[in-house]
Amino acid sequence: MKEKARLVRRHIVEMTCAAGSGHPGGSLSSAEILTALYFRVLKHDPKRPDWEGRDRFVLSKGHVAPALYAVLAEAGYFPTEELLTLRELGSRLQGHPSKGKLPGIEMSTGSLGQGISVSNGMALAARLDSSDHRIYCLCGDGELQSGQNWEAAMFASHYGLDNITVFVDRNRLQIMGDTEDVLSLEPLEEKWTGFGWNVIVIDGHDLERIIEACEEARRCKGRPTVIIANTVKGRGVSFMENNPDFHGKCCSEEQKDLAMSDLEGCL
Amino acid sequence: MKKASQRSFFGKALAELGEADESIVALDADLGSSTKTSDFAKVFPDRFFQCGIAEQNMMGTAAGLAAAGKTVFASTFAVFATGRCWDQIRQSIAYPQLNVKIAATHCGISVGGDGASHQALEDVALMRAMPNMTVICPADANEAYKATIAVASMPGPCYIRMGRADFPLITDEDAPFEVGKASILRKGKDVTLVGSGQMVSLCLEAAEMLKEEGVAAEVLNMATVKPLDAEALIESVERTRCVVTAEEHSVIGGLGSAVAEFLGENGNQPMVRVGVRDSFGESGDPEELMVKYGLTKEDIVHAARKAIARKQKKKGFLWRK
Repeated sequence: MKEKARLVRRHIVEMTCAAGSGHPGGSLSSAEILTALYFRVLKHDPKRPDWEGRDRFVLSKGHVAPALYAVLAEAGYFPTEELLTLRELGSRLQGHPSKGKLPGIEMSTGSLGQGISVSNGMALAARLDSSDHRIYCLCGDGELQSGQNWEAAMFASHYGLDNITVFVDRNRLQIMGDTEDVLSLEPLEEKWTGFGWNVIVIDGHDLERIIEACEEARRCKGRPTVIIANTVKGRGVSFMENNPDFHGKCCSEEQKDLAMSDLEGCL
Repeated sequence: MKKASQRSFFGKALAELGEADESIVALDADLGSSTKTSDFAKVFPDRFFQCGIAEQNMMGTAAGLAAAGKTVFASTFAVFATGRCWDQIRQSIAYPQLNVKIAATHCGISVGGDGASHQALEDVALMRAMPNMTVICPADANEAYKATIAVASMPGPCYIRMGRADFPLITDEDAPFEVGKASILRKGKDVTLVGSGQMVSLCLEAAEMLKEEGVAAEVLNMATVKPLDAEALIESVERTRCVVTAEEHSVIGGLGSAVAEFLGENGNQPMVRVGVRDSFGESGDPEELMVKYGLTKEDIVHAARKAIARKQKKKGFLWRK
């Protein structure tokens, strides 16, 4: 799995460089979360993307589409060669995920703050259908500044949606800098607890811990679970780490060589 | 003329749909007793989800349910449904083409006492500009019932616009209703009055007044504002050669705009719009407000005279500073 995460990171750098734009920083911080989900946690079948019993994954932070595309391609949803078409005219790999365009994309996202609400609906449907599949959602931390998340958080706990697991990619950086300078999120754990959620805090780059936390979430009854995953934005590429400049900017050709050599040795 | 509530008939239709189809679910934002989703909630409590005063989450939740194969009705007042949630509808419902029916009540100036904050006069414009969205403005309670039933078996997003007050029942219970199809309620050769919502009944009354002046007005009920029934419009306007539109909505972006856009590109017939002239509403009795904001049968008659005069004199611009 570590090797998969490394491959995912290499794809992210290659894709965003080929596209000339995109969001490598948050994509790199999410690499382990997505890798663990698609290679160990999710019940899914790339050969049958519409299988009704599958677990659902909603990428609320739609701008890290490159990370999701990389994982989906590695999992076998579509050929890895297609990754380099990111953001091209006619490509199935839209700048932000578009449901119906590409197998494995459960929801169109990109306008932040909407993924937990969508997960709520999917979770209610699973309950109505007496299906035991689970709903996973990945949010950015800056994204939590948006009010709809808290409407959704209130709703999920009110309805006791214990089939939802939300990840917060807590990389602490957003476009204009540190989340705590832009609009502070702390105390974040207490906020979720106050909204009635089961809260688990982990190192978001520790694959085994991510898997364990998902197992803990599965065992928690009557409440939804949020996993606050502490991560490093740009993780794995020396000059991108903790650098908000690479939130929405790809690297130059020269930087790409350095990035790829960083990713030869990482993990 | 007998009047009935669009909301009540919507509530009845929704409950009937719930009986026939287990995939129907309904959501509301603390307004169920007004939007009448409460009828459904009483019979199918397991398939009704109270969302509280959190409309954006309601629309996202509706999207998630629809993505999982449910046919979802989401209801609240039109101002909140379309204004507060426009981005949620755009991103999570219209873009992925999900099966969510937004059933909005309390549209237009006839909301009355609550005033401008609650009088949706821009909702059709907001929904009409959205790709993949069908927009229906039923003329009366019978049509609200039929539209509700019809959209349930029509895949994709849809907006149904209903009023607060009771409106005259002008269509027959057994008259056919088809999404995207206008209906001619009165034949005439001199002017076409195209109405939506409760303004259709006022178009009929205006036609009666025009008859006394020797003018034969045709009345077209454009219950679906998007997609516009262009065939019905052409068929009528080719004969009458002039048009009046009437809607309980801003003249910007609604039915009048839709007809003007079509005629501007495809015809050259004179046209006059009856609607609210780029303004917010205010508190008052519905009838008083309809008068103050230019939404009466007399306003339609006046507009018809103007349209006919332009047709006859082939005048250039009406507008002079």
